[in-house]
Amino acid sequence: MKIITHVTVNGKRVSVAAGTTVAAAVAVSGSANMRTSVNGQPRGALCGMGICFECRITINGNPNQRGCQTLCTDRMEICTT
Amino acid sequence: MSAPVPLRRIDADVVIVGAGPAGLAAARAASTSRSVLLLDDNSAAGGQIWRGAETSFLEHAVAGEARGAEINADRIQRMFGVRVFAGDAKARTLFAEATTEALEIHYNDLVLATGARELFLPFPGWTLPNVMGAGGLQAMVKGGLPVQGKRVIVAGSGPLLLAVADFLHRKGAKVLAIAEQASARGVNSFALTLLKHPSKLVQAAALRTRLLGVPYWTGTWPVECSGEQQLERVTLLRDGRRVEIACDYLACGFGLVPNTELAQQMGCVMRGEFVAANQVQQTSLPHIFGVGEITGIGGAQKSLEEGAIAGHALVSNSASASARSLLRSRARWQSFESALNHTFALRPELKSLAEDNTIVCRCEDVTWGRIREHSNWREAKLHTRCGMGPCQGRICGTALGVMRGWQVESMREPVFPVRVETLAAFGSRRDETVAAPPAPH
Repeated sequence: MKIITHVTVNGKRVSVAAGTTVAAAVAVSGSANMRTSVNGQPRGALCGMGICFECRITINGNPNQRGCQTLCTDRMEICTT
Repeated sequence: MSAPVPLRRIDADVVIVGAGPAGLAAARAASTSRSVLLLDDNSAAGGQIWRGAETSFLEHAVAGEARGAEINADRIQRMFGVRVFAGDAKARTLFAEATTEALEIHYNDLVLATGARELFLPFPGWTLPNVMGAGGLQAMVKGGLPVQGKRVIVAGSGPLLLAVADFLHRKGAKVLAIAEQASARGVNSFALTLLKHPSKLVQAAALRTRLLGVPYWTGTWPVECSGEQQLERVTLLRDGRRVEIACDYLACGFGLVPNTELAQQMGCVMRGEFVAANQVQQTSLPHIFGVGEITGIGGAQKSLEEGAIAGHALVSNSASASARSLLRSRARWQSFESALNHTFALRPELKSLAEDNTIVCRCEDVTWGRIREHSNWREAKLHTRCGMGPCQGRICGTALGVMRGWQVESMREPVFPVRVETLAAFGSRRDETVAAPPAPH
């Protein structure tokens, strides 16, 4: 049986399997958009391995965290920017 | 500024940066008589190829032995989620950041096994969400991204495309096509060279069989992506004709490039784009070894062997019988590497896919129209802020290296962005001369 982790993405409750990354949880919440670029364009994950910083996101109030390198933990608050 | 971060000093014997195939193999071989500290930025061992619990048949073939290292050795201490942002070769010290602490790590010997990343080339629409790397989408799916029923196009170059398409297919995605930029002639002659490498031949044949029904288009590459808030359509150029396909994801990688930033910052001499290493994987600097993709892109098998060679060298000065047989087998994988590079060499058309309004630097939103006025990397950086964002030019600088032949002139610390709190933890200590730890008995 899979252990389920509960997080929120922009206030919306999302349930994911243990071991799911923050970047994947954002996709599960129904959006591909992780951040807004300096010129206002939507951006999502690109490299998936912590190199490109496109998936930087606010986790529990800490800005600029890499969504693809961070695993979800219970009651984590994830906010796209 | 939020709460202060504590600084912890660690005195280690052998430190290995990177827990992929090369780092694991080095850890296993060195741990026979040395104590090892294995560091990785990721949350688990395995590197990009063996990431997470999912092990495909392709990975099984090479994983078996090295995986034992992870489980058995008491002499291997592992730390994950640790990002090394600088090193001082003279003081034999690394500076790193973990989630809750800053780390000053002293070593007697250092093995750099920092692996490779994908090469991305800019083209119109490549910044839309759901346009990802080939290995990038695979990593995201391994991290829990659901792709069941999603329409995916896999594009770019190299054997990784087949492995990724196979993986996505098994995860329930509808792989609409594989677009390989290399010509049919090149790919076919590569298939012939595989005859010299029976294990790779079996893998390739098995992949092709499974993928039956997925078109594999050679001489084909993406020229445009479009969509409102995210990717909706990909346009491929196939035999000179534009083919537009509706899809949910584009998984696009044009090959692999080595992560040599830390080695360069520490002062290791380079050979072209790779870290120069001798017969036993020693770099130009004493006490620093370089193994795996950073010495030449050659895949997991080459990485395992180079890691093992370095590990053997760390425990004994004379080449043992097992080390000699590793040297022979490494030479074989190095020949595979050169066949690979020849076949999947990028065609010149790929260097000019970007249009004037195409973003090249994704961190700072700098367009090709602004960058192309400049004649080198330094000048472009100073005038446009290209390469000055959090990725530090890892994406655009690498792309411009291919498009323009521009070289990154120097690599300065920190090689990754670091929290101010972490730097504060080091305080004035960073400037002090730190005595090298005593040599092992």
